Amino acid sequence: MKKYIDQGKNDTRSGYGAAMTELGRSNPNVVALCADLVASLKIQPFIDENPDRFFQIGIAEANMMGIAAGLTIGGKIPFASTFANFATGRVYDQIRQSIAYSGKNVKICASHAGITLGEDGATHQILEDIGLMKMLPGMVVINPCDYNQTKAATLAIADYVGPVYLRFGRPKVANFTPVDQKFEIGKALMLNEGSDVTIVATGHLVWEALKAAETLEQQGVSAEVINIHTIKPLDEEAVLKSVKKTGCIVTCEEHNYLGGLGESISGLLASQHPTPQEFVATKDTFGESGTPEQLMEKYGLNNKAIENAVLRVMKRK
Amino acid sequence: MAKLEELQDIVVQTRRDILRMVHNVNSGHPGGSLGCTEFLVALYNEVMELKEGFNMDGEGEDLFFLSNGHISPVFYSVLARKGYFPVEELGTFRLINSRLQGHPTTHEGLPGVRVASGSLGQGMSVGIGAALAKKLNGDDHLVYTLHGDGELQEGQNWEAIMYAAGNKVDNLISTIDRNGQQIDGPTSKVLPMGDLTQKFEAFGWDVVEVAEGNDLEAVIAGLKEAKSRTGKGKPVCIMLDTVMGHGVDFMMHTHAWHGKAPNDEQLATALSQNPETLGDY
Repeated sequence: MKKYIDQGKNDTRSGYGAAMTELGRSNPNVVALCADLVASLKIQPFIDENPDRFFQIGIAEANMMGIAAGLTIGGKIPFASTFANFATGRVYDQIRQSIAYSGKNVKICASHAGITLGEDGATHQILEDIGLMKMLPGMVVINPCDYNQTKAATLAIADYVGPVYLRFGRPKVANFTPVDQKFEIGKALMLNEGSDVTIVATGHLVWEALKAAETLEQQGVSAEVINIHTIKPLDEEAVLKSVKKTGCIVTCEEHNYLGGLGESISGLLASQHPTPQEFVATKDTFGESGTPEQLMEKYGLNNKAIENAVLRVMKRK
Repeated sequence: MAKLEELQDIVVQTRRDILRMVHNVNSGHPGGSLGCTEFLVALYNEVMELKEGFNMDGEGEDLFFLSNGHISPVFYSVLARKGYFPVEELGTFRLINSRLQGHPTTHEGLPGVRVASGSLGQGMSVGIGAALAKKLNGDDHLVYTLHGDGELQEGQNWEAIMYAAGNKVDNLISTIDRNGQQIDGPTSKVLPMGDLTQKFEAFGWDVVEVAEGNDLEAVIAGLKEAKSRTGKGKPVCIMLDTVMGHGVDFMMHTHAWHGKAPNDEQLATALSQNPETLGDY
């Protein structure tokens, strides 16, 4: 199988911060907002270079979403960032009315998504945000897998006109995608071609899927691995083409199985090409405190969980 | 200045529009609309600097955001009478396939509307964002917002009120329609909010009080006074005392007509108190 090399662990939020620094230099319409989490979002360099284009909102996320909507009126491209929990569930109606329904060109950039936020526990570990955001008409939902891809995605959404939810995380994870990749919204990436099973993964689970595929190969299972960084709009063609070849699928995400990537794919398959599917996702539960690795293990979100799901789904073909 | 009589004619015609619109679909919010008629007519026809036509970005002109979106009838009438869209379209209010949705929205592309509102408490934040964009663009025009007094029970307003003062958003004029009424009754009973003027001042705003919010001259004077206080380091608030249902005797001084349309007989009575001036749509 194709080899992917970890170029050195890094956090996806730093990919966001690095891209913001670039956007600060390249796009005068880009403005940044933050709700008292500048250090966590890695945007201090943007602020240092563009103090007039940064708005410290304080601990007031609802106000931040409204101000971001207003800034678009006048041609600004606001990147409103905070933790994923406070960027979605806390301010759902503000996003719904002032941004999504109003069709505003706001980029909601959410760090510390999912269970790998770790020790802070379930109050901060949102596992429902993909579902919340994908339900909003017109909202693009992106969950890149590593530092390089998060940086590329951040740059790409500045050129897209319309509301976007960009989800990334806290821990340092393998950085294995190309440095200067072109990011195409809504385009799934084929990481490894295989014939026995399709594994589609998003976010931090993509690396786990690659690790699982390596182990499976040693067991004689040929796994196709697809990185779906854009959950909405979903690259339906890529998924259908793959399952028509492999006949079964495992979907992997750091999110509740209700409302996530797996749910979107099951809806697609049910209507277009019924296929056995297993979900590597949290099972309608809240998280808890622990290290990211411990939590990935306990909640069934690592390479081992993916391997087991593959073996289960292949029996259902 | 346009002649006061001309503005008064628009006020009366707008009241007729409001009443006929809500009557036609037996739904909508006449009470607050009638109470804010002088304010919106004065704002659009006497105070705001506006460009011809409608451009979403609104560069080089003043902007207005209606936060209490349920008073859409008065907003739509004032926009139509100002020429943003044909007055005949007022007859489509709340009907299927209309651009005049129950609450204002950009979704159907109605000229004059820059953000959806209706879910309360969001408009001041949006106005602040637009005001900040104006500052970044070197555009010295102003941003106006309107809010119900009951609407201030939504916490997001206080985030916005704190932010605007703390960050010297002094190109913003936010008006509070202090009619003392909300759906379930007087604000003093539903949730007493204390002295709103003192609250805004304590947060660092410059407040202009207009005690006669249904007196056209008083409203214009208040708006001009507020305008003169912009650019001085503080956001400006107009505390506008209005009478809900103003202009229709049986709708005044009660919350009963907040979200209720008149029947045929009531409409006839209400219209007789507001004789046609510019021509019905």
